[in-house]
Amino acid sequence: MPELVITVARFGFLILLWIFVFTVVGVIRRDLFAGARSGRLVAAPRAVGASTGQAAKPAKVKRGRAAHQLVVTAGQLAGTRITLGEAQIAIGRAEDSTLVITDDYASARHARLVPRDGQWFVEDLGSTNGTYLDRAKVTGPTPVPLGVPIRIGRTSLELRP
Amino acid sequence: MTVAATPAPSPATTGGQSGVRLARSRRNAELSLLLLAMVLVAAYGATVEANLLDTVTPDFWMPAAALGAVFLGLHLVIRFLAPFADPALLPAVALLNGLGVGFLRRIDLGEAPVADRETLAVFAGIGGRQLAWTLAAVILAAGLLAIMRDHRSVSRYAYTLGLAGIVLVMLPAVLPSSISEINGAKLWIRVGGFSIQPGEFAKLALLVFFAYYLVRKREVLSLASRRFLGIDFPRGRDLGPVVGVWLISLLVLVFEKDLGTSLLYFGMFVVTLYIATERVSWLLIGLVLFFGGAYLAYVLGSTVGGPFANFYVRAEIWLDPFADPTDKGYQLVQGLLALGTGGLFGTGPGGGQPDILPEVQNDFIFAGIGEEIGLFGLSALLVVYLLIVERGLRAALAVRDSFGKLLAGGLAFTLGLQVFVIAGGISKLIPLTGQTTPFLSAGGSSLMANWLLIGVLLRVSDGARRPVTGGAGKASRPAGGPPEQLHGAPTEVIKP
Repeated sequence: MPELVITVARFGFLILLWIFVFTVVGVIRRDLFAGARSGRLVAAPRAVGASTGQAAKPAKVKRGRAAHQLVVTAGQLAGTRITLGEAQIAIGRAEDSTLVITDDYASARHARLVPRDGQWFVEDLGSTNGTYLDRAKVTGPTPVPLGVPIRIGRTSLELRP
Repeated sequence: MTVAATPAPSPATTGGQSGVRLARSRRNAELSLLLLAMVLVAAYGATVEANLLDTVTPDFWMPAAALGAVFLGLHLVIRFLAPFADPALLPAVALLNGLGVGFLRRIDLGEAPVADRETLAVFAGIGGRQLAWTLAAVILAAGLLAIMRDHRSVSRYAYTLGLAGIVLVMLPAVLPSSISEINGAKLWIRVGGFSIQPGEFAKLALLVFFAYYLVRKREVLSLASRRFLGIDFPRGRDLGPVVGVWLISLLVLVFEKDLGTSLLYFGMFVVTLYIATERVSWLLIGLVLFFGGAYLAYVLGSTVGGPFANFYVRAEIWLDPFADPTDKGYQLVQGLLALGTGGLFGTGPGGGQPDILPEVQNDFIFAGIGEEIGLFGLSALLVVYLLIVERGLRAALAVRDSFGKLLAGGLAFTLGLQVFVIAGGISKLIPLTGQTTPFLSAGGSSLMANWLLIGVLLRVSDGARRPVTGGAGKASRPAGGPPEQLHGAPTEVIKP
């Protein structure tokens, strides 16, 4: 086999190897950096009854004020983000919770966040140590404003736009 | 209410189109990356044949195609059983595994007499055997994905697995040397023609136990501490299990005569402890304990000898391999010379002489490959390892339960540490120890254990990226339905 072909194959293989590496990096580029996540928000819960056809628009109008992310600001899961959608978020020590917190002061099924008419409500599920919205104890379904901490044991959660 | 909630790191710029763009599983990206990886494996095979046979045989593509079929099967399994798993993991591992098979076939070709090379069967020799092991390992990983639908379910068997792990670790140490010793290290169990390395599986079992134990104990470990010299040190009684694991890893070092394995177990535990408690003091304590222990073993080896002698010899070789380059230091010296011969761009696949390296198919595969693809190619392989570890850590960051975080973080770190131990050993950064290079080295135990590890990482990353609603199919509910009742609705179950 001519020397040239072998040389081309030899270097071609190395180049192909690096092309593979950079393609993989390209695929995972979006979430390589934990902080750069602002571009991937999901629409907030909207008014019930909004028709499917206009799905995009009402969400956009509300974007400025609606909560898009649930961020754990303190506790063992600090830094965890859950992108909010239409589903309710169950919080507790039970393994089937959406957010499983291992906290001695949390109950198995401690609290949940429920979307309703574009607003998120926090509701205590009869926990032993209670759920606090800022400093007030949550007794019934309570609307959660943006940036106000929900405290469960040592864990603190916030809604973020 | 038509919008899917998704933690999947996929872009959703408009935000309104339910499901389709939000919860992208990215399986097609995985498929195309997998194809690219297999093209690379085929190209490697062709270059090897061009160099060694002076011609490219018409069936040079067959190993790559066989591997491709195996991985394609796993891809389909992932598509159905873990649709939101990380798209980069499978192709990256497939590339390493494929190049490993390709290199082993290259050794087969190099060892065959020149006349027979062209007719050497595609599935013969250690290359063919490695292909069969790959099939078995991938089937195991697929089975794991099928059985373990939620990574949290493993925590139920944590104590059983922990006990099994310790038994697996200790088994070769207590068995007679005739069964368990190969090349001075007692790490194997040889039954008939087979030899298994139980330690490879033990690391998975132990890690599940560590993760479970630390989720339970993290509070007391991270909160009850005394501040000294600006560092928080845990209380004495909380140190118990750590010291226990340290002792076990030292016992491994002494009785199984293997520094790498003991470093692996100990590093694994210290790092899961660090992830659980976020205390730097654990890392410091771990490093001090390990280096202290290793130095003690070295001193004891030079004075007392006995069980420590093996480690002493290895440390001496590491300090000056050229003191005895034809006998004790032969392997390391040949490895260094091979890497040096390769230089920046290598001699080309098939152009080197890996056959003169002892154990080139196992421990020294990195040196053998490095000779032929040079620093340029070798660093690409290291970056591929780095990407696999990064994906594992990423899954750990994104997953929503502590057990999953510890499990994925620990597994990813263990893989990285193993690569460090063997690559560092070959390049004379640390004393050489007999570790397999994950996915590259010949050997079924290592391949199967590491594919199982990847199976767990795939499962955890699937759990981390899966939309909160519990699957893309349920993403869009009929619009205009009655508002969800706040009272009386059950806590959502996100198991698939």
